[in-house]
Amino acid sequence: MSLSYTKDHEWVSISQSIATIGISDFAQEQLGEVVFVELPDLERNVTKGESVAVVESVKAASEVYSPVDGIITECNESLIEEPKRLNLDPIGNGWILKIALSNPEGLSGLMDETRYKEYIQGIV
Amino acid sequence: MGSIEENARIERLYLEKFHQERGAKIVPFAGYAMPVHYSSGIIAEHLHTRKAAALFDITHMGQALLKGLDPAKALESLAPSNFVELAPWQMCYTVLTNNKGGILDDFMVTNFGRSLFLIVNGALKKADFSYIKRNVNADVELETLDERAFFALQGPLSEQVLSRVFPEVKEIFFLSSLELVFRDAICFVSRSGYSGEDGFEISVPFDVAHEFAEIVEAQPEVIMAGLGARDSLRLEAGLCLYGNDINQETTPIEAGLQWVVGKERVKTGGFPGANVIIDQVRQGPSRQRVGIRICGRAIARQNTEIESETGQKIGFVTSGGFCPSMKSPLAMGYVQSRFAGDNTRVRLLVRGKKIPGIIQPLPFIKHRYVRSSEKI
Repeated sequence: MSLSYTKDHEWVSISQSIATIGISDFAQEQLGEVVFVELPDLERNVTKGESVAVVESVKAASEVYSPVDGIITECNESLIEEPKRLNLDPIGNGWILKIALSNPEGLSGLMDETRYKEYIQGIV
Repeated sequence: MGSIEENARIERLYLEKFHQERGAKIVPFAGYAMPVHYSSGIIAEHLHTRKAAALFDITHMGQALLKGLDPAKALESLAPSNFVELAPWQMCYTVLTNNKGGILDDFMVTNFGRSLFLIVNGALKKADFSYIKRNVNADVELETLDERAFFALQGPLSEQVLSRVFPEVKEIFFLSSLELVFRDAICFVSRSGYSGEDGFEISVPFDVAHEFAEIVEAQPEVIMAGLGARDSLRLEAGLCLYGNDINQETTPIEAGLQWVVGKERVKTGGFPGANVIIDQVRQGPSRQRVGIRICGRAIARQNTEIESETGQKIGFVTSGGFCPSMKSPLAMGYVQSRFAGDNTRVRLLVRGKKIPGIIQPLPFIKHRYVRSSEKI
């Protein structure tokens, strides 16, 4: 399963019209130790660019923006008790939420792994 | 994800390379590129400080000597404390006030005998020093100490560690200081800090600063700690951060710092904003700085609105964060005085949600300073 990335450092992985979303390893490292994750309500309709979750580290609060249009179908509730997962395994156990795509054809503005790596090189 | 810091034009710490070699993540703060944490991370650095000892490089802070004819008297024209009564080698916390009784900066003053040693906040040092120079009488002069590093060694094992470099530190207590020699260089050492723990602050000339830091950091009890841990430690200890908890709009009385106003000076005045401050000492302020324990895990950061249980807006948060020793988020802020009593229930508006909170006495964590009466 290949990952795509946004300029705001979310990753998205799509399988059978379901997008799984999290934050990149670069993002978790920039944020520092995560101590709280605010998850959205299920079945909420979201549009691309809308804030869907908040990740709080010891340093700052950061919003997670949806990279896609759709309906929230699942949240990673284990992050509430173990927010550290976002640091330890941001693209595995630390996934944040799943969205059922309303328009699977309409994905745009995403980068593949190689382009994302180039992009973050340009930031640091 | 939003907000990943941008770089501004900034000064470098004298020991920047030393910090980089130890895994420092460096961010802009107060005009300096400062270590926010090292490889162990903020939480580990915080907990280690409470348990053992941690070394902080706080060279961004401003150091200066106020010299000449009666500098204590001169400084009393700008700040409400009783510096004339400060015994030699004793130190006190105080504030520069403006004409409205607001706080221009908070700072430490030590009586060095013939001069006063001032330590002010990094972000304001240029402004503070030029303000002091402009406003004290012509008999005194301010000499900035730009060629010195400044360290804080904090934590219960600090004395044990620092006494290997300076055996004399066992003889001083909280808020007292000594002039000591390290490799022929004169260092200023005080028993003080910003963590609520025992500890020392050490001013060291640049030419021996690297060696000093290396020796202290190499002690088995010590790890390096950055600004992140410094902030969470001071928040648990209920200590104010200038720009957050105190500023030009807050008076020392509202901030719960009435003890910076000398007893005599409540009667005599003679400092900027004295009328406002003395009035608040007598009548009580209409709002007060309080501690707030947050129920749950959401973090109420600076500027979060505070409501009463009945939904009335009663104040706002000035500092908030996750506090590793308490394993919970905490906040400080200002509320109307009638809601400032301990155990008052409040609500904090975090991203549209009302998070319950309880007013708590400050500090959240008991200070563990070593005072003279506790040691023989």
